[in-house]
Amino acid sequence: MAELTYRDAVARGIAQEMRRDENVVFLGEDVAKAGGVFKATVGLYEEFGGKRVRDTPISEQAILGAAMGAAMTGLRPIAEIMFSDFLAVCFDYIANEFPKSRYMTNGQVKCPLVVRTGNGAGSRFGAQHSQSVENWAMMIPGLKVVAPSTPLDVIGLLAASIRDEDPVIFFEHKSLYATKGEVPDGEIVDQLGKAKIVRPGKDATIVALALMVPRALAAAEKLQKDFGIDAEVIDVRSLVPLDTQTILGSLVKTGRLFTVEENPRLCGWGAEIASIAADECFWDLDGPIVRITTPHIPLPAADNLEDIVLPTPDRIAERVRRTLGA
Amino acid sequence: MNAPGKPVKNDDIGLDTRMELYRVQVEIRDFEKRAFDLFLQNLVKGTSHLSLGQEAVAAGFAVAMKPGDKSFCTYRGHAHTLARGVEMEKVLGELMQRDNGLMRGKGGSMHLTSVEHGVMGSYAIIGAHLPIACGSAWRAQYLGQDDVSVCFFGDGTTNIGAFHEALNFAVVWKLPVVFVCENNLYMEYTPIGDVTAVEHPAADRASAYGLERIIVDGNDADAVYRVAQVAFAKARAGEGPSLIECMTYRHSGHSRADPAKYRPPGELEEWMKRDPIKVYKQRLADFGVPQADVDAIDQQTKEKVEAATEACKASPIPPVEIMTTDVYADGGWAWRN
Repeated sequence: MAELTYRDAVARGIAQEMRRDENVVFLGEDVAKAGGVFKATVGLYEEFGGKRVRDTPISEQAILGAAMGAAMTGLRPIAEIMFSDFLAVCFDYIANEFPKSRYMTNGQVKCPLVVRTGNGAGSRFGAQHSQSVENWAMMIPGLKVVAPSTPLDVIGLLAASIRDEDPVIFFEHKSLYATKGEVPDGEIVDQLGKAKIVRPGKDATIVALALMVPRALAAAEKLQKDFGIDAEVIDVRSLVPLDTQTILGSLVKTGRLFTVEENPRLCGWGAEIASIAADECFWDLDGPIVRITTPHIPLPAADNLEDIVLPTPDRIAERVRRTLGA
Repeated sequence: MNAPGKPVKNDDIGLDTRMELYRVQVEIRDFEKRAFDLFLQNLVKGTSHLSLGQEAVAAGFAVAMKPGDKSFCTYRGHAHTLARGVEMEKVLGELMQRDNGLMRGKGGSMHLTSVEHGVMGSYAIIGAHLPIACGSAWRAQYLGQDDVSVCFFGDGTTNIGAFHEALNFAVVWKLPVVFVCENNLYMEYTPIGDVTAVEHPAADRASAYGLERIIVDGNDADAVYRVAQVAFAKARAGEGPSLIECMTYRHSGHSRADPAKYRPPGELEEWMKRDPIKVYKQRLADFGVPQADVDAIDQQTKEKVEAATEACKASPIPPVEIMTTDVYADGGWAWRN
């Protein structure tokens, strides 16, 4: 057991899989000799060499296209897109190529690759380097979509993603890179499509993802302490496959459902969960389903403004309290 | 070329290869004509992009390829798919969206794929497959395999970003990939010269990536075959990518919806004089191939096209059950539990 940062967990997860399987290769901008702009891939070039850990030009289409060509002919590439905002530059591969190749070819082509990307706000980078875009990937049939919130989950879910036969978009939260967590020694492999109840409770279900998980947990502590509300917090971890059983099971128990999303309001992932819950658990609900999101605006750069637009523990707690009428 | 009446049979290409080059071209020609006829009968569905007039490019490259080499094609990919030996019935079945199609109707004419033949897909988003071909070539380089990834695209592709990203990437990584531009003079409905900064949309860009400027007569299968051999040898020797511009001409419009009325009068007629099938029939005659041998290939091809047509007409449409198969690797489409 050791304490590890979320950042170091990325390198450890990749290294674990590269040691296991020679077909795992890694490419991206500044990922090799520089160790990544977020220093999340330090040491990989030194351990595995320039043949397996490769720096690329600033060519996001070439990065994802090359990953796909390699994946469909036998390798298991990991491609880094530095900021998830840049997925828009190479979205053809995300939207049209990776996810549709197996279906269109009647199963002839497979695409086992992982796109790792730095997601989310909190760094005061402004509207083009701060977005949470996991919902962009979630809407496309054929992709799997993962977003861990702890160092342990980074390793386990990254390993599961690399071993998966489908293309996985793996969202690392930039504001979590410096956070720490306990991680056991030895090989760690998790499972995609399993949400985690990170705080059991009986009065309300709060569903969160990535950076919103620690904020939801902080909100739950405040709700307990100040208002005696015992909230259950679920870390979704994987949007596709989506563990609706865990989410709806919790809702049936608590009768209340809240989603906490960093996405702008429209078509955030919480909307899909709210829709499923309304369809399938309407009679188990004791009140309206509430989505707590950023407003539908581009993200501002200034720290005071960025801090206001993201859901905070206080905003989450207040919204839950008000809805429950406590 | 030798003077007529003085046949030579043992040049660098050889008679067997020439007969193969001819057969492939004629099969593509007759297949495409049939595809057009079946479209008029509403039996070929959706859209279709024919390679009538461009047969020599597909034949020249495919015949020069070895088993294991990979083809990456565009939506104008019937020709390249057939040229790698994929059964005519399966290709036509896919165009007709029948259950006997190459992908059982799930892909359609723009996405022909036959992995067992090395046809790694036909890509309908312009430029997308150039980086993908780089990835396939990277795999060969990484694993020490000696296959070449060959990527076909039209002149219009040279103006999209992925073309330039892929060329730079392939050169920097010294990948065994061959980029083949089929310059048929039109990007869809617009003359390529009207929208391109240079005269030769691919070849004139080669120097920007440290590559040789290569232009070949794309209506002469021998010329294409020779240039392909040189590029493949270079790739297999670990000496990196090539970019080849094949000058050719599309006899029909861009797609089934296009009557190609934008072409200047006389242009088609001028190119028909250098129709690749016509050129090659003369070539075979020059080499002293008996007319009966040529006629035999023509006849066999007609029979093949006929048999494929009948088989496809008799094939059922795809069963509804396959609608939700192969979305994910478990064979199904489940996104939640």
